Amino acid sequence: MTSTRVSSPHSHAPLDTRGLMTLVLVATLPGLAALTWNFGWGSLINIALASAVALATEAAIVALRKRPVLFYLRDNSALVTAVLLGLALPPLAPWWLVVIGTFFAIAIAKHLYGGMGFNPFNPAMVGYVVLLISFPVQMTSWLTPRGLLAEGVDLPGLWQSLQIVFPLPGDPAAITSALDGSTGATPLDTFKQHTGLLVEQIYAQEPLFSHGELAGFGWEWVNLGFLAGGVWLLYKRVFTWHAPVAMLTALVLMSALFYDGGSSTSGGSPLLHLFSGATMLGAFFIVTDPVTSAASNLGRLIYGAGIGLLIYVIRVWGNYPDAVAFAVLLMNLAAPLIDNYTLPRTYGHRKRGKATAKPAEKQP
Amino acid sequence: MSSLSYREIAYNGLWRNNPALVQILGLCPLLAVSSNVANALGLGLATMMVLTGSNLAVSLIRRQVSEAVRIPVFVMIIATLTTCTELLMKAYTYELYQILGIFISLIVTNCVILGRAEAFASKNTALSSAFDGLMMGMGFALVLVVIGGIREALGNGTLFADMDLLFGPLASNWTLHLYGEGEGLLLAILPPGAFIVVGFLIALKNAIDSSLEQRKARTEVGEKERVSRRVRTTGVIN
Repeated sequence: MTSTRVSSPHSHAPLDTRGLMTLVLVATLPGLAALTWNFGWGSLINIALASAVALATEAAIVALRKRPVLFYLRDNSALVTAVLLGLALPPLAPWWLVVIGTFFAIAIAKHLYGGMGFNPFNPAMVGYVVLLISFPVQMTSWLTPRGLLAEGVDLPGLWQSLQIVFPLPGDPAAITSALDGSTGATPLDTFKQHTGLLVEQIYAQEPLFSHGELAGFGWEWVNLGFLAGGVWLLYKRVFTWHAPVAMLTALVLMSALFYDGGSSTSGGSPLLHLFSGATMLGAFFIVTDPVTSAASNLGRLIYGAGIGLLIYVIRVWGNYPDAVAFAVLLMNLAAPLIDNYTLPRTYGHRKRGKATAKPAEKQP
Repeated sequence: MSSLSYREIAYNGLWRNNPALVQILGLCPLLAVSSNVANALGLGLATMMVLTGSNLAVSLIRRQVSEAVRIPVFVMIIATLTTCTELLMKAYTYELYQILGIFISLIVTNCVILGRAEAFASKNTALSSAFDGLMMGMGFALVLVVIGGIREALGNGTLFADMDLLFGPLASNWTLHLYGEGEGLLLAILPPGAFIVVGFLIALKNAIDSSLEQRKARTEVGEKERVSRRVRTTGVIN
């Protein structure tokens, strides 16, 4: 073993925005693989379409703003927004849904506020919420996971999926009826619909739960995939542990507190909340967005915990089955205030200062 | 304040000092009621009526009312006129009145009206005050109708639906169907849609203004150059 001496400065390879965003893109792969295995080609089509729209919109608006187009396209941030939105949208959603959501995310949520680094709200989540509020029917029709389909029914293949996403005016009836056999409720949806049953009864009655190990067949694998990608990003030091851990802890604490042993008014077990819906996607890919979250470590703890708390509140006592997007947007709104109260101590000072200093009194 | 020409008053009310797009006054009814053209036009006309009447009345008594009590007097006048409008709408367009509901009575608190009474009517002659009220009201109503039209088209896929509530059975077949009904961008009809549309309209107005200004500046520079060149030639000849 040779011990080569290296002189200072011991600088690492700089991680620029482009490299960071590429790591994030790679980290979504396990989750994407689980989504594709369970729900067919839909998510891949979503992502491809959203990426094309995002890059085109980004290029058009950057050109309109008279900025260097290639410089901004190369930082991959539009691509990350598109991929996150594509992952969040239901597979086999009609093409215009993806186009409207992506356009809204890039043009309005990102560039109207000043572009990369200036947006107060997470663009992908703004796009998602706009679609969820505007087109609730299309946004809540998910597919049944592959393993739970009735015999003789299969998820549509690639060609058929493309026909469903881009329907031609000619023969839409046969194609959509083929899809009817494979749509189904998500675990959180199912849980919300059965208000009069004990948790045990729901788990025994619904194949989605009785075939699953943790929290709903298929969905648990999607969440485990995103968890794996997130842990890899944490290992690569793309973000700190504070915000995701605080969010998951708050969610677990809330669900443990209100589980009440599984009566008919139970909010669901911590396992259900951790491994269904968009929990893991949110915890490691949305909450960790450096632009829209709080800046300091203490601030990130508060920010993440707020999101976890709000997710539980909206999921259990609100009208929507899942709540990651709403919770994230609400806490995005609070992030500047959190930053204001959690300013870190500056090196050389004993106490941490105030973000908003009082104006110096005028000398008489 | 020197008296403005009627042309200037009209330009002020409709464009340069537009109550909705420049002064950003009266946002509460602007955002709450502008989900379709019929509602927007109904409220716009009601506001225009109250604004014209209140400006006229305030201007007529401007020498009799002392500084100290002017605000309560203005509010009394505006409240009276709003009640009159409300009763008129109850009599002739009852269904529309039920839809607009509290926003008709809320015209009293619309800042545009008190603002014009204070800023214009209390300092100008009766006729120009009434004209100012009409123009300001028209500027407000126009913006309201444009927002209503955009939101209705985006959110509902129709234009001019339910106009018969305002104009009677004559207008019952005015509805234009732009695309399949019930498939619109629901967001446009919800409150955030109103904010987004108003933001885009303000941006559009500013863009038009700045491009006009640039063109004007360019022609002025051109004229100056022409003038100065002539001066220089006379100077150079020796």
